[in-house]
Amino acid sequence: MSRITAGIDVGGTFTDLLLQDADGRVRLAKVPTTTANQADGVLAAIAAAGSSPAALDLIIHGTTATTNAVLERKLAKVGLITTAGFRDVLELGRRTRPNPYGLKGTFEPLVPREWRREVAERMDARGAVVIPLDEDAVAREVRALLAEGCEALVVHFLHAYANPAHERRAGEIARSLWPNDYVTLGHELLSEFREYERGTTAAVNAAVQPVLDRYITRLQSQLAAQGHRRELLVMNGNGGTVPARLVARQAAKTVMSGPASGVMAAAATLAQSGLRNAITYDMGGTSTDVALIAGGVPEVSAELSIAYGLPIHLPMVDVRTVGAGGGSIAGIDRAGMFRVGPESAGSLPGPICFGRGGTRPTITDANLVLGRLDPARLLAVRDAVPMETVRAAFAAQIGAPLGMSLEQAAEATLRLANVHMSGAIRMVSLSRGHDPRDFCLFAFGGAGPLHAVALAREIGIPMVLVPARPGLTNALGCLVADLRQDAVNTLNRGLDDISAEEITQTLAAQRDRALAVVTADSAEVERTDVLHAADMQFRGQTHLIRVALPRIDMTRAEIQAAFESAYFARFQVQLPEIRAVLVNLTTTVIGRRRAFPLSALLDPAARVGEARVGERDLYAEGAWHRATVWQRERLAGGARIAGPAIIQQADATTVLEPRSEAVVDAIGNLRITVQP
Amino acid sequence: MIDALTLAVIQAGLQQVCNEMDITFSRAAFSPVIAEADDRSDGIYAAEDGALIAQGELGLPVFVGTMAHSAAHLVRLIGEGAVAAPEPGDIYIVNDPYLGGTHLMDVRFCRPFFVEGELFCWLQNTGHWPDIGGMVPGGFSAHATEVEQEGLRLPPVKLFKKGVLDREILSIIQSNIRVADQRIGDIKAQAAALLVGEARLSEMVSRYGLATLREAIAGIRARAAERMLAEIRRIPDGVYVSETFVDSDGVVDAPLRIALTVTRQGDELVFDLGDSSPPCQGPMNSVWATTCSAVYLAMKHIFPDVPINAGTFAPLRVIRPEGTFLDARYPRPVSGCAAEVSQRIAEAVFLAVAQALPAEVWAAPAGTSGNFALGGFDPARKAGYVMYQITGGGYGGTAEADGLTNGCSTIGISKTAPVEVMEQYYPVLFRRFAIHEGSGGAGAQRGGFGVHYEVELLRGEAKASFVMDHGRFGPPGVLGGGEGGKNIVKLHRNGSTTIPLHLSKDQGLQLRAGDRVEVMTPGGGGYGNPRDRDPALVARDVRRGYYTPDQAKALWG
Repeated sequence: MSRITAGIDVGGTFTDLLLQDADGRVRLAKVPTTTANQADGVLAAIAAAGSSPAALDLIIHGTTATTNAVLERKLAKVGLITTAGFRDVLELGRRTRPNPYGLKGTFEPLVPREWRREVAERMDARGAVVIPLDEDAVAREVRALLAEGCEALVVHFLHAYANPAHERRAGEIARSLWPNDYVTLGHELLSEFREYERGTTAAVNAAVQPVLDRYITRLQSQLAAQGHRRELLVMNGNGGTVPARLVARQAAKTVMSGPASGVMAAAATLAQSGLRNAITYDMGGTSTDVALIAGGVPEVSAELSIAYGLPIHLPMVDVRTVGAGGGSIAGIDRAGMFRVGPESAGSLPGPICFGRGGTRPTITDANLVLGRLDPARLLAVRDAVPMETVRAAFAAQIGAPLGMSLEQAAEATLRLANVHMSGAIRMVSLSRGHDPRDFCLFAFGGAGPLHAVALAREIGIPMVLVPARPGLTNALGCLVADLRQDAVNTLNRGLDDISAEEITQTLAAQRDRALAVVTADSAEVERTDVLHAADMQFRGQTHLIRVALPRIDMTRAEIQAAFESAYFARFQVQLPEIRAVLVNLTTTVIGRRRAFPLSALLDPAARVGEARVGERDLYAEGAWHRATVWQRERLAGGARIAGPAIIQQADATTVLEPRSEAVVDAIGNLRITVQP
Repeated sequence: MIDALTLAVIQAGLQQVCNEMDITFSRAAFSPVIAEADDRSDGIYAAEDGALIAQGELGLPVFVGTMAHSAAHLVRLIGEGAVAAPEPGDIYIVNDPYLGGTHLMDVRFCRPFFVEGELFCWLQNTGHWPDIGGMVPGGFSAHATEVEQEGLRLPPVKLFKKGVLDREILSIIQSNIRVADQRIGDIKAQAAALLVGEARLSEMVSRYGLATLREAIAGIRARAAERMLAEIRRIPDGVYVSETFVDSDGVVDAPLRIALTVTRQGDELVFDLGDSSPPCQGPMNSVWATTCSAVYLAMKHIFPDVPINAGTFAPLRVIRPEGTFLDARYPRPVSGCAAEVSQRIAEAVFLAVAQALPAEVWAAPAGTSGNFALGGFDPARKAGYVMYQITGGGYGGTAEADGLTNGCSTIGISKTAPVEVMEQYYPVLFRRFAIHEGSGGAGAQRGGFGVHYEVELLRGEAKASFVMDHGRFGPPGVLGGGEGGKNIVKLHRNGSTTIPLHLSKDQGLQLRAGDRVEVMTPGGGGYGNPRDRDPALVARDVRRGYYTPDQAKALWG
């Protein structure tokens, strides 16, 4: 079957496209993101790749529409119907503050108090009715919220995960009155205990649903107007996709989908490289995203937050954001201590070299001063700042007070930044029970490859992998993504209190529900994989361990044994005297799409001319070196480059420090060995 | 001379060692108090005097500086020959409040770190154990009158000898505490954290060498002192006076006064608490280490960017308040010191420094941990239980914004358990969990709101205990702002409603099925003159039902 498929990712700055032609060849495009209507940028990207919507058989789309809507609070007016006595749950949260120190900061709930309405009803923790549902009150409050101008509605009742009958009935009443489809029932999205997290997840869903629905509808119709006849697939934060007509129903799943696609691309790259463990390292201007891939599978978490007080407890690729990027500022504090970050110049005013008014030296400026970035390329901006201005800033603001040369000051900036990043990466991996030294560092994004070798050396990681197209990783994530659905049910009972039948039935029901969604677009799916797992703990603990369940008809003894061995693997502790508790049962259904051969990203036609394009002065380890400069696109498989060297390409620059060596592998990755 | 980069890199490295101890402890710990609530802290202390070298950023704020006191006592006792000298692989255990501690539930492990046979520093951590014996489960008694009633008190003894757990000491501990079988999980986690610290610190020693490390540690300490000094130099020379009150000690129904005078004298900020009330009969005494730490943590809240080590606190001189309830000696009961009294001390610091730096400091926060314990027997499960409900309250208004609603206690960072989880584990039903309406103190920027919950006992019988505060007076406002709503406890039993004699503290109150406990936690104090508040915001707050129209009229005119 010859098909033309496009992966299109809308990021904060650029809209990226990777298009696979019927003959397997690949076309690329990078155009500015159109903030007002992202659809315009998507169409521009298709045109820039020399294609048209009519020619495309399938578009897989990653969007930041919902992420931006939440962060900028450009959300729908949401009303809430909830259990009497509990309307403030979404505002009270769980007794936190934004920072460990300092009693400042504010929090505005997604649904203001005047639109949170209570109705009489109550279930207990076992799902038995304590107070019957007041159906008249539901109708009355729904009408009142409509009169207030609410566009979306959440129905969220206590213990609905244990028995959703009241929530379902209230939902029926609400849907019969509500003029659109934007009614979210808390348990439908997430059937897990913890009322604040479940309710907030539902509120996020309702608040972005109209935003996403309008955007996807507009995009579909703009594509259709230009002759596209198929349905889009849209990326979710779990690293999988869903058909466009279903995506708005669970709109909250698209929040945080951008970073997830990068990690999915990394996982696909690793798989085709014969590798299994990686820490993904995506450094941008203001922050850095880090994720773990262990045994070929990206780590998933259902406990992420999009911002303070806004947890979204849906299974998502566990991407952690570290607040350090190219714009992090170097300076000296009031006590004369040298510091890099946490203050950032961001993108405005940005680094000095951007010429937007920045006056304080940043990590990006240090890269420029040390010859790691090409001044000729970076300074090709509208209001170019003379190199001397950047150098003078390091000399005056850091070098002079600390008694260093300006080069030493700039190198110290990178070194301290790497020390902080190394610490942050260690904490991310330790919190998941891993030693980062057992992983390779998968570097992408604009600035990842620039620092990866030095960072790997600081952490003690022996190998860095830079994929063929580090600047198009998110679009690649769309192109390689499979369809995916996750389901969770909370049991939270001792394993010996649960019958094997109940486990089997719950998992089978989860599987059937998820399969129905994944196979809705059966043309795309080559085969389906069903994965079951249990989240378990010892009685008295709060941390959960995820235990894979290879079959749905496992006996309790088999589950107990699987839990104990997973626990031992993580903590090296055996606790046979304490009861095991089964907290959640989960099922993931993955609809596998045709694999995308990454070697297609290599363009043999570009391999013309000498790969070695020159030499440049590079400052590293306290001295200037004459570094070789290479054009990445011209490197053939098997090529070997020893540091110090610089490998440049359209979308990124890779720096090989002294005592490191890169080899180009069969699918175009740079595999860099880093000596201590 | 050590260069600036090496100094910064070693500072980050030492910090990382502590952070990794923190995360190891929490990940492996068994009890929710540590694993979920992060009620623990890890640090590195000087070999010769126990001075703080570095402390984890993820530790509970109340432990800022306390472990330096216990390390100093340990060094002294070893020097006097009262405690056996350290050998590689040893771990001392200690929880004596009078030897640099907090309450008995905070158990410290201290491990010597040797380099080439010589003691280089101490690695130490504190974990809050869910029980340490004593007259009430969990340790928060409202009525204890001597420390022996509060639980098992351990002097420094070697729980691990050359790496081997001493089963005899362990069995003494386990015979004296509740839910003893799960404690081995916490003990292993607490020891494992110190081992991780040792491994990471060893890597630093081999990377930088002892001489450089020593020089860097001294340099970092000096820079931290400089940094704190730079902050306190912004405080105008002068004397700033404040007072706060603990409702009562739980035994004698009279308020305890904390009187604070803060004096900026040249390059020192002096904290004098000497006019505070004398030691009390009930458990609301504080020990010196906790009192000192409460001042430190308040200053760290005010200047959050200053790193924590011994140098940080050098320019802060806390005069030991001898003869007051803030410097309790054996056998005074102290179980309220870490959770409640420390927060009143911090409040006094906020109120005093707010006079000097009004743009940066807030009105008083709720400042109570809201401990409510319910112990009973569940006939349906045929098992005993102890349920703890902690709550937050409103934060004070600031120059920029209204205070946060349901903020965490000043001394803590832990989340509360969801209602759905509590109802799964215990025979209770919450009738409401809501905003404490009207509790935000009036001001140009009002205080945040406290919590209003009501919980019903479903089955069997149980006993309720409370250790809360701000029941007598609400959290004060600043710069003309009004006080936040008070803490209110009501018991609805058998058709009648009672209020505990001590308002916020009581224990052993008998409940039967159908009885209800209702708690309203304090709101934050208001900031600035209420008349300066935007009338549109007052109207919004009324529309939202935060205040009744009458309340709004009375508070804002």
